Amino acid sequence: MNKVLRNTWIWLVLLFLYAPILILMFYSFTDSTMIGSVRGFSLDNYVTLFTTEELVDMIVGTITLAIGVALLSTILGTAGAIGSFYSRRRTRTLIELANQIPVVNADVVTGFSVCILMIAIFHISKDTFIPLVIGQTTLCVPFVYLSVLPRLKQMDQQIYEAALDLGCTPAKALWRVTIPQIVPGITSGFMTAITLSLDDYFVATYTKPATFDTISTYVVNATKGSQTQIKTALWALSTIIFLVVVLVVVGANRAKGGTEKQELQR
Amino acid sequence: MKYAFSRKQLAIPYAVFLVLFVILPLFVVLSYAFTNGDGQISFRNFVAFFGSSKTVGTLLYSVVIAVITTCLCLLIAYPTAYILAKTKMKSGDALLMLFVLPMWINFTLRITALKEILTVLEGNLALHPFLNTIVGMVYDFLPFMILPLYNALAKLDDSYREAAQDLGASKRYVFLRVILPLSVPGIVSGVTMVLLPSMTNYVVLDMVYNSTYIMGSLIGSYFSSYDWHNGSVISIILLVIIGIITVISNRFTEGESDGKVSVLR
Repeated sequence: MNKVLRNTWIWLVLLFLYAPILILMFYSFTDSTMIGSVRGFSLDNYVTLFTTEELVDMIVGTITLAIGVALLSTILGTAGAIGSFYSRRRTRTLIELANQIPVVNADVVTGFSVCILMIAIFHISKDTFIPLVIGQTTLCVPFVYLSVLPRLKQMDQQIYEAALDLGCTPAKALWRVTIPQIVPGITSGFMTAITLSLDDYFVATYTKPATFDTISTYVVNATKGSQTQIKTALWALSTIIFLVVVLVVVGANRAKGGTEKQELQR
Repeated sequence: MKYAFSRKQLAIPYAVFLVLFVILPLFVVLSYAFTNGDGQISFRNFVAFFGSSKTVGTLLYSVVIAVITTCLCLLIAYPTAYILAKTKMKSGDALLMLFVLPMWINFTLRITALKEILTVLEGNLALHPFLNTIVGMVYDFLPFMILPLYNALAKLDDSYREAAQDLGASKRYVFLRVILPLSVPGIVSGVTMVLLPSMTNYVVLDMVYNSTYIMGSLIGSYFSSYDWHNGSVISIILLVIIGIITVISNRFTEGESDGKVSVLR
């Protein structure tokens, strides 16, 4: 392939992926209500975003939910991965099989089935937030499990045995020896869980309390309405999320590069 | 072996969780799908689904959307991943980041952004519902196709290509007979990551004002009318499709890990 052709292709794909977001970012700093009609610079959208109670509640709610779900998923998934790694082969195979179900399943089906389970079998009201938290956790734990497991495989098993021989209790050895070695897997599992929860629409829409909204469910409803002020405030939200994602990704890559260097130097 | 026993126990909470919230819901859906309102076993729901041209039409429409989306994603993603993988510099991974970064931005916000652009370009979105749906789906899922393809292509040992070339194969022949076959696992895992979501992600259709139903929208509408029996039928049909896709893809991608996990690692 010709070099010019290659570069053109790469730039075209990048343009397709980023043009909508970047154009929206630009217009979020103006007072226009539609793309194309350039008017003056304005921070009104950002003021609306952070002063409208409904919007602030929705953002805080989404973040709180994501952190809660990610913590729960991380604990459950990490313990599950350690437990199954040291279990009999058959137990481990069964757990891994069940673990794959939410990964391959359609989110609509996961949300729908968890919802009727909660309502029809357990009689738990959606207002308790339990169906929502459980539903999103179902979506996230398998990914925590999958990111912790390879770390366990890579780990030097003898260090744990050595700790026990030197008089460490199994619980302490787990905490002081095993866990520190799998931290990268736990962290990336946690991050995946956060992003999955933040991105989720389908599970949330089937399991959330009627009065609660996540960013996804709110945006979908807002696009059906015709409130321009809310619409343009959401442009501001997109801009902030985009910038945060860029910062986190760049930061995470820097950190990863750093540890790789350290490992090489050793 | 007292200590080994204590580590195994850690699996218990997760095993219980999986049984209660992953396995059990499937049985609940199964039982709803194969019973009628009176709780008697019946195949009526399935007969009704496959007997109505409306619901079968929905299934076909979903398949058409999913296949077109997947093919377009593949056509755009393959050259992109190929070029990225061939970038010999260390910046290959950094460049890849640019292409997968949109994965972490909430998809409803991304589709909103796309919708604003399409509105400017087309004037009235409602005039091209099918086209807009495809554009929206490709926009949404492209990063999920690029990532596994890149992973497969970047792993490729360059000596295969060199060997084929040394033995006199033309560039085209090398690509068709060496590179393409070796990248099949990447293609398969990319296809599985795009095919199914594009059959069910009805939010994309909603947001570009496409009022035609896909399989996901059927679940949504049965759900809002409290028709859990028919909603479960759709779930079962989707689960069967997922099962088939998974079995086929497992044949090609033995031991490959999931794309979403591998990028964050």
